[in-house]
Amino acid sequence: MRPFVYERATDVADALDRAGDGAVFLAGGTNLVDHLRLGVRSAERLVDITRIGLDEVEELPGGGLRVGALVRNSDLAAHPALRRGFPVVAQALLAGASGQLRNMATTGGNLLQRTRCVYFQDVTMPCTKRDPGSGCSALEGYAAGNAIFETSPRCMAVHPSDLCVALVALDAVVRTTGPAGDREIPMTELYRRAEDGPETDTHLVPGELITHVDLPPLAPGTRSAYRKVRERASYAFALVSVAAALDVVDGRVRDARLGFGGVCHRPFRARRAEEALVGGPADAAAFAAAIDAELAHARPGRDNAAKVPILRNTALAVLAGLADEGARS
Amino acid sequence: MSEPTGPTLLDPVQMGRPVGRLDGRRKVLGVAPYAVEHEAEGAAQAAMVASTVPRGRVRSIDATAARALPGVLAVLDHTNAPRVADGEDREFAPLQDDTVWFRRQPVALVVAESSEVAREAAALVAVEYDEEPAEVGLRPDSPRLYTPEKLSDGSESDTSAGDVEAALAAATHVVDETYATPYEHNNPMEPHATIATWHGEDAGLGDGPVLTLVDSTQGVHAVRSSLAPVLGIEPERLEVVAPYVGGGFGSKGAPHVNVVLAALAAKALAPRPVRLTVTRQQMFALVGYRTATIQHFRLGADADGRLTAISHDVLEQSAAIKEFVEQTGSPTRSMYAAPNRRTTHRVARLDVAIPFWMRAPGEMPGMFAHEVAMDELAHRCGLDPIELRVRNEPDVDPETGHPFGRRRLLECLRRGAERFGWEEGPRAPLSRREGDWLVGTGVASSTYPANAMPGNEATVTFEHGCYAVGIGAADIGTGSWTSLTQVTADALGVGLEQIRLGIGDTRYPSASVAGGSSGLSSWGIAITAAARAFREQHGDRPSEGASATAGMPDNPDLQEYALNSYGAHFAKVRVHADTGQIRVPRMLGVFSVGRAVNPTTLRSQFLGGMVMGLSAALFEESVRDPRFGHVVTQDLASYHVAANADVADLDAIWLDDDVETHLNPMGSRGAGEIGIVGSPAAIVNAVFDATGVRVRDLPVTADKLLAGLLPQRERDHVLGDASA
Ligand SMILES: Cc1cc2nc3c(=O)[nH]c(=O)nc-3n(C[C@H](O)[C@H](O)[C@H](O)COP(=O)(O)OP(=O)(O)OC[C@H]3O[C@@H](n4cnc5c(N)ncnc54)[C@H](O)[C@@H]3O)c2cc1C
Repeated sequence: MRPFVYERATDVADALDRAGDGAVFLAGGTNLVDHLRLGVRSAERLVDITRIGLDEVEELPGGGLRVGALVRNSDLAAHPALRRGFPVVAQALLAGASGQLRNMATTGGNLLQRTRCVYFQDVTMPCTKRDPGSGCSALEGYAAGNAIFETSPRCMAVHPSDLCVALVALDAVVRTTGPAGDREIPMTELYRRAEDGPETDTHLVPGELITHVDLPPLAPGTRSAYRKVRERASYAFALVSVAAALDVVDGRVRDARLGFGGVCHRPFRARRAEEALVGGPADAAAFAAAIDAELAHARPGRDNAAKVPILRNTALAVLAGLADEGARS
Repeated sequence: MSEPTGPTLLDPVQMGRPVGRLDGRRKVLGVAPYAVEHEAEGAAQAAMVASTVPRGRVRSIDATAARALPGVLAVLDHTNAPRVADGEDREFAPLQDDTVWFRRQPVALVVAESSEVAREAAALVAVEYDEEPAEVGLRPDSPRLYTPEKLSDGSESDTSAGDVEAALAAATHVVDETYATPYEHNNPMEPHATIATWHGEDAGLGDGPVLTLVDSTQGVHAVRSSLAPVLGIEPERLEVVAPYVGGGFGSKGAPHVNVVLAALAAKALAPRPVRLTVTRQQMFALVGYRTATIQHFRLGADADGRLTAISHDVLEQSAAIKEFVEQTGSPTRSMYAAPNRRTTHRVARLDVAIPFWMRAPGEMPGMFAHEVAMDELAHRCGLDPIELRVRNEPDVDPETGHPFGRRRLLECLRRGAERFGWEEGPRAPLSRREGDWLVGTGVASSTYPANAMPGNEATVTFEHGCYAVGIGAADIGTGSWTSLTQVTADALGVGLEQIRLGIGDTRYPSASVAGGSSGLSSWGIAITAAARAFREQHGDRPSEGASATAGMPDNPDLQEYALNSYGAHFAKVRVHADTGQIRVPRMLGVFSVGRAVNPTTLRSQFLGGMVMGLSAALFEESVRDPRFGHVVTQDLASYHVAANADVADLDAIWLDDDVETHLNPMGSRGAGEIGIVGSPAAIVNAVFDATGVRVRDLPVTADKLLAGLLPQRERDHVLGDASA
């Protein structure tokens, strides 16, 4: 571990002033500090942003929510407005990590956490994401965790976050500030595909600070849920996960949102399935046809083929559950 | 047969009481020091540089950048490291030559003022290799397979009686299946760590220690006896200290390369102490692990389910650098009656890290295969799995013909069935469902040999109205500080408050390791002998300073009887019909292990073993990179052990009036390992009951189950179909 300078920013402007020159923002530190220790990443300066504010959840007119980037994962999961309007997000948060980690982890940090691919975390092995141009060790090596959607031989890693799967499904918008001024970036456009160059995970520029995440309102009556499949009952990343929101009126699907986790270099939005669902009947056959339309594009490999049926069963179970819930109320 | 004279049993007064841990307060206050926490003024810190090729030679090492880092004191490699006196055991001969035996073998060592600098400098050491082709995977057709001379328990590699092939050909019911267990790592909470201080030959006017090792070990005397010759020191002048140890599960049962490296660094920097902490990641390469196994198990039975043949052929792995042969087939030799029997072991020495003891080495993987095979046989015979075991209970040890000391397996099974609410009769898989969950129950037997290791001695001295009792034993978190105090009190016939126990230090007499479930037994024998000698020599009113020392008396019973512990495991599982996720809402273990010297610490051993069994059944697997043979799941986020949420209703009980009369004066047998033996099989058997899917390789994961579950769920979308 290389020596670094620790600085504490007092507000957003101060944080931006301190950015650049090998500075890295430090939020909860639950991902960054591990990487510093492992040598996965180095920093000249750590700029602690946990005292710059941005730690509140604001209710927007029309039913949306604006979540500060420094809101802790546990606080967000417990927020009444979130639990009421966006159960899928609360469930995704609570499915992640452990209680202790969630108390430390922040919203912005969760968005920018890096892959758990074992080769990314081992500096003695080639990994393009860590060491650009060095290749992907997961192609020929341990491949059970590899991506099945939008796969590229450049990098087989998957995005590890639970929260982000819910956020891409809900069309959340990330608000940032930085060298290039203020930006609003849809979650679905924040992340890069492996094919676009896995060296960086997102389209943020160096020194850009996430300030908020906006959750647009869902149509009244929409049901949402998150299901995560993992072998250990807690404290494990997803084998696969499904975030879904379903608006069913008179037995027909008016709106459907689907996100898949554990399957792609970025939090995956299942647009083909959504398209197949919208306007159709809310029944098992239609759900199966929609999910299969998406899965037809999956490209499982030697060791990760089980992700396909597990994802399929999980997505079908989640959709059926949401349709039932809607029908009962 | 002459009437053997077993040990004279102690009168249990303190023994049998649930005495709370005597070291508990010190631990809670944080003043019980673990290895690296010991004071060591001016200690330097060492960090290892690991090879990045699995086999070959070090061509060059460039440490210029590392040496240039402020705070770096030394960089040792094979060109400049102090020499060992005896390099025959290659695990203990690091930095002595340029050979690379496996990926992540230490090839250099940096010593610096701080651990941060040492680690940073280690990353800066540039090593070049001449790489050679390596063989890192265990395959049934491996060209490296051979028949080992002995297994690690000292028994023969192959055994055979009768004619197994003929019996199988004639059998009404046959099980002929292959079972597999994965690589697993012990992962004790406290990483291996050492503080080494080289005092030099003239220390203490010529008879003080030349070297002191404060080490995290399961046996201070084992470290001394293994490393004194390696380092060229008289054993009495190698001091080893380990008062508190944060677990070992076998991995600290002998020193590993890290201890030698610490000693060599301390010699190079003498008299400055050197601290060497193994990182969690390095623990996956340097301190032992359980080999993977591929086990071909065949059972033949007549129409009534009576076994006519038991055949167990084991394939497993050892390391090119050093041999270690897991005794996987050993328990099969004594478990059930059958006239025709055979066990074999074939081992491949691969270019990988060195396997070693991990809780119940041999018994754990071997009994997994045996007990799942028994469940399969019960299914084929249409019998209740407990009834099948009843029908195959042997009268004498099938292997030696010796009488069993006390074999209470059937009582364990019956008692457990009653407490668990076991439904009698053949299993009807896939017959219970609760919502989306398929529910099943399973049972398996357990056994573990009753061991007492030779080479123990204890001393009792009367000081200030108390009895100071010394033996170089270990408490690795199991509770020996407490249970040995209880034994000592009963051996001397006094209260706990009159005992001052000393363990975990080579200044006390020789003791065997805390391993093989033998610690309390072996140490207690010596302590009782010393106490009896003390009373004989000094009576009940000893004078200040009175002292006696004794070793272990002969025990002819050990040659006359087959002494084993037994147990029965019951498990209930729930399998999610859509995802194949498995949950274990209930586990029960019923054991016969002789007297419960301390019910509290005994129960902890059972529960801990069962949790580890649950973990082995469902989660644990060290995944090897197929090209380089190193473990890629090398931290606790990717090497999964059971979390709290995985452990639900866990229950361990033991039989009443259980006193072992042949082994030791306490009437106990040892309990550290039996909890992990058989528990994975009980879970796998329950998964079969729930789903009708028989998974024969551990761990049982959703992907393995789903392949079998899908057709039953009439899912049209089978594995891999989506890629078409
Ligand atoms: C053992 C373990 C298990 C876990 N399991 C799960 C799981 O199951 N599911 C899951 O989703 N997550 C899991 N996590 C990951 C955890 O959720 C993340 O580590 C956490 O969310 C990161 O947040 P942080 O505030 O600690 O980020 P930090 O570690 O402080 O930062 C992470 C990155 O984000 C950058 N950053 C942080 N905030 C900002 C900002 N406002 N603007 C710009 N850049 C910023 C930092 O510079 C850094 O690069 C697990 C982590 C661990 C250690």
